[in-house]
Amino acid sequence: MKQILIISGKGGTGKTVVTASFAVLAKNKVMVDADVDAANLYLLLDPEIKSTNAYIGSKSAFIDEEKCIGCGKCEQICRFDAISPVRDKTPKVSDSCLEQPISNGVYYIDKFACEGCGACRVVCPKDAVTLNEEETGKWFVSDTKYGPFVHAKLGIAQENSGKLVSVIREKAKVLAIEKNADYIIIDGPPGIGCPVIASLNGIDMAIVVTEPSLSGIHDMQRVIGVAQHFGVDTKVIINKYDINLENTNAIKEICKDNKVEVLGQLPFSDKVPQAIVKGVPIIEFCNDQIAQDIINVWEQIK
Amino acid sequence: MIITVASGKGGTGKTLVSTSLALSLKTPVQFLDCDVEEPNAHIFLKTEIKEREKVYLPKPIVEDSKCIGCGKCSEICQYNAIAVVKGKVLIFYELCHSCGACSLVCPEKAIFEEDSEKGILEGGYSGNIEFWKGTLTVGEAAPTPLIKALKKKIDNKKTVIIDSSPGTSCPMVEAVNNSDFTILVTEPTPFGLNDLILAVEVVKKLKLPVGVIINRFDIGDDKVELYCKENKIPILMRIPFDREIAVLYSKGIPITQEKKEYIKKFQDAFDVINMLQQKYNNKAIKS
Repeated sequence: MKQILIISGKGGTGKTVVTASFAVLAKNKVMVDADVDAANLYLLLDPEIKSTNAYIGSKSAFIDEEKCIGCGKCEQICRFDAISPVRDKTPKVSDSCLEQPISNGVYYIDKFACEGCGACRVVCPKDAVTLNEEETGKWFVSDTKYGPFVHAKLGIAQENSGKLVSVIREKAKVLAIEKNADYIIIDGPPGIGCPVIASLNGIDMAIVVTEPSLSGIHDMQRVIGVAQHFGVDTKVIINKYDINLENTNAIKEICKDNKVEVLGQLPFSDKVPQAIVKGVPIIEFCNDQIAQDIINVWEQIK
Repeated sequence: MIITVASGKGGTGKTLVSTSLALSLKTPVQFLDCDVEEPNAHIFLKTEIKEREKVYLPKPIVEDSKCIGCGKCSEICQYNAIAVVKGKVLIFYELCHSCGACSLVCPEKAIFEEDSEKGILEGGYSGNIEFWKGTLTVGEAAPTPLIKALKKKIDNKKTVIIDSSPGTSCPMVEAVNNSDFTILVTEPTPFGLNDLILAVEVVKKLKLPVGVIINRFDIGDDKVELYCKENKIPILMRIPFDREIAVLYSKGIPITQEKKEYIKKFQDAFDVINMLQQKYNNKAIKS
């Protein structure tokens, strides 16, 4: 079983469009959307959700104001600037950030800043701090006409997306073993941070979808750096190659220097937004050059 | 005034908007590129870097000679970054959040902390624009400490423009939090709308005023327009799909340089932002 991850560095280069087409082309596989904080693949795969699961992603500290004596030890120890005395409350800190109503002489925790480490609980002399587990998202196992699909929705303004990526990838692996799948195909997140690193773990091939803009090139180089840092075999697809041929050539040179194979180049196509609006993978929407080129890429990697 | 440009979906034109806005304003501008995983604004705001500051975070190290293998560090760690195997402590640094709880609970004071480099801040001037960017070290997982360090540079006397990373999780929340106004850049497709709704929910939760810029507004469908109308979210600007803009962008040329009509458009959008922000403040004072 081969795990293929589609990433990009820069957002909006066409990861999901390519991944959805692979969903059509790959025969026996499990699909995953690892872009858990802005998931889009479900919009093209039309999933029927079979099971919904709670994701307990992190803990959040809570100060019992009855017990708090306002000593401030928690504020001193907190490395995430998440604890402040109530008197510092400025109008900028919205009430939604407060774990508790305002009263004088106590400390409060900004739940967006709190990373749930519990250091405050260790130093509190009055045992006023508790750590509560929080449901910070949901993940789903779905059926699609292309096969099983594991995806997720991180809660609003929640953290620890890397861990959620690990959770759904683990589930996908179990499903893939059960049905003896040939591939797990994963739509990855943009960037190079924790969800990308969690996506790269144990991957057989990472495909970087880039575009011939200076931003696209810059970001591609960084994400190739991360993939190679973790020892993952990396290949490149150049999307919208005809927007700037000079930059397309520059990408090919960079790939050559880094010993990264360029699998193919896809033309700019106004059919892409049309296919997205229709909610279908591009290769089911039209028979244009771009569809042919994606099929050719798949033939090389399958 | 702090204006953050964010998006939900990547590649909708955040950097195009943030840099064009910075280049159009007559007031003194400070620009912070808080997309530390993939900073791109410097491509458009050519800057001579004058200052460099490395960002460090503490990293726990166990002194084997003092460690008694009690496992308290592993118990306290909420990130599963510490395991004790056969009395020996193993630390998985990719999972460590540098919170310091392990060294705090160690009864033998066997854990000390060493600075570990997470990235770099670079600053300089691009014309009159004070420019700062953060760059996360390749292989490091956590962008938020760099974003926090960048935001300490904020000069409230200037108009501060922040370019955020895409998405709706920690780095985006960190960039947007405590702004005076958030611009969400989107595109009129189901992808753009899906991620716009998520981003709006984040901004609403942070109780910040928000406006939308629709890029390539003439492709796709009208659902983003309808969503904004139904939810009373002002649309600050509509940018058409224009191959010329795509080509300029690909070369790293700001559109305000080659298509001067955009200077006025961004100035007008800024006036609207000021007005909306005033209105929002007045309302906040009243309530």
